[in-house]
Amino acid sequence: MSQGEHRNPVESFLRMDRMPHIWCPGCGIGIVVNCFVRALLKSKIDVDSVSVVSGIGCTGRIAGYFKVDSFHTTHGRPIPFATGLKTARPDMNIVVLSGEGDLIAIGGNHFIHAARRNVDIKVICVNNFTYAMTGGQVGPTAPLHSIATTAPYGSHERPFNLPFLAESSGATYVARWTTYHVRQLTKAMVDVLNKPGFCFVEAIAPCPTIYQRRNRMGDGLEMMRFYREHSRIANGADTRSLDIEMGGEIVVGKFIDRDRPTYLEAMDEELSKRLGNRYVPYPTGVKR
Amino acid sequence: MVAGKGNMAAKKYRGEVFINRDRCKGCGFCVEFCPTHVLTLDREFNTRGYHPPVVVDADACTGCDLCGLYCPDFAIHGWRVPVQSDGAGE
Repeated sequence: MSQGEHRNPVESFLRMDRMPHIWCPGCGIGIVVNCFVRALLKSKIDVDSVSVVSGIGCTGRIAGYFKVDSFHTTHGRPIPFATGLKTARPDMNIVVLSGEGDLIAIGGNHFIHAARRNVDIKVICVNNFTYAMTGGQVGPTAPLHSIATTAPYGSHERPFNLPFLAESSGATYVARWTTYHVRQLTKAMVDVLNKPGFCFVEAIAPCPTIYQRRNRMGDGLEMMRFYREHSRIANGADTRSLDIEMGGEIVVGKFIDRDRPTYLEAMDEELSKRLGNRYVPYPTGVKR
Repeated sequence: MVAGKGNMAAKKYRGEVFINRDRCKGCGFCVEFCPTHVLTLDREFNTRGYHPPVVVDADACTGCDLCGLYCPDFAIHGWRVPVQSDGAGE
């Protein structure tokens, strides 16, 4: 019954005194945490240079559990906080880990503008199709006809297609994986930790207590089996074709990987051109 | 709950898996997605009233740590122990 000298690699990155965490049995957020920790280990970046920022919600609790420099911001504001952090400390790797209700609904404006400016932050969005912590209201990605607290007869709102939103706003890296695709999700996180610019990874996760219970979709394990059977890997697919329907196919993969000057690089270039020697370039340069 | 001897013919390593019974919430992901079907859910309860996994086929474990990647409660993980020569692992 002994763990021997071999500890779970996750434990050295988490505040284990806060365990057990609040996430329900069968929730996918813990899997995203596993993948992120493995990605940190694989990418071999200095953990002291990593900062995790999250907002409010079930996924927003991640910042509280991570034993790195982390900040739990107000609702919808992890991206403005991360932008400020990146501007003040360009040498740091800033990762925003939050849910879709936080990042895309109340923080949607910040999301599109950070992608437009290409701020060098990594956004990992856990998408469980509902506002789970507040009881299951219609979220920005809730599929058409899904049942929610505020839509007892089915949602009639058209949901966001997150990879398309990220691509059209200007993100340099866009991928979508489910929590069933753990190895690919880890690889995507390694990729974004090594890539400059605004990178976006959508992680589709089961929510057995709120979303699946209301929609009669079974428990977490049943949803993971659904991901296994109903997801199709299509790297480089056109992001316009990635809408998710109730019970329909989920297209996953790495869709966009391109290069654009980041916010600080563009500022340096523009001001150097205008001001010449009078401009002192910004101390950019992440330890990658 | 340590167990396992590599099922590889070459036996360069054996897999071991550790289960923290009382941290488990019984979601069953590790049992479902173990590629070599090492685990099953216990009939007994843990202290929190869930059924944690138990090892049923220790020799089949390859130490791939997929259970560790899938566990949302950080209650299980696998690793590989190198085996020097044949017969070293009993």
